[in-house]
Amino acid sequence: MNLKIENTSNAIIMFVQEERLDAHNSDEFKKNMNSHFESGQKNIIIDLKDVRFIDSSGLGVLVSGFKNASTRQGTLKLSGLQSQVKSMFELTRLHRVFEIFATVDDALDSY
Amino acid sequence: MKNNIKLNITVPGQTRYLSLIGHIGENLARAVCACDAERESLAQKLNIVLTEAMVNTIKHANIGNPEKDIQINISISDKELIIRIYDCGKGFNIQDVGMPGIDADILSERGRGIYIIKSLMDSVVYIRKQHCNYLEMRGTLNKS
Repeated sequence: MNLKIENTSNAIIMFVQEERLDAHNSDEFKKNMNSHFESGQKNIIIDLKDVRFIDSSGLGVLVSGFKNASTRQGTLKLSGLQSQVKSMFELTRLHRVFEIFATVDDALDSY
Repeated sequence: MKNNIKLNITVPGQTRYLSLIGHIGENLARAVCACDAERESLAQKLNIVLTEAMVNTIKHANIGNPEKDIQINISISDKELIIRIYDCGKGFNIQDVGMPGIDADILSERGRGIYIIKSLMDSVVYIRKQHCNYLEMRGTLNKS
């Protein structure tokens, strides 16, 4: 899957450069995310501005990342949610779980 | 003008075809709906419902067996949408599925698919037959 990674002093940013985050690519995304946690990263921002569609598998992987970050006393934040993706978070009540920002810069400013 | 479209699709039970099926659903909605606002809403709905139902069939009914095909029937008119997804696998009990945040931990990584389908469609049933089962989802469409 197409991912761009940027390191900043506060967090790693994972730009998901895919139209869909679904059951087909979510396992690969999870492995990639976990590899950053295992290498010592605590804070991750996931930017979804290119993602037009997310399914329950994509949501599940983000939840797994959230839990992983929490157990390491870190954070997993989201940015750039398009309207359909935001609707899925609201439908499943996950908008109450995650910190969601309009842009990556807003997410970085929150640290 | 009447719009009655019936599609019958058979695909291998593999997640690599989710995007294809999702796009077919979106294009179908755009072909049927005359009104812009309704069109995009229905397109999103079809994309989500078809994706979730297909994943559910792949993972639970066909137990991840990529050799098993999945058959999808979509019938759409001005008033009603009916989707059936057939499997000839083990099947599953739709009542056993709880929703994270309601009857399961909200931080559960699984279990949202059927809830999402039920939230977006007017009725969702799983019919078990002797050799094949199907998940039937129905929705009423607004007149445009």
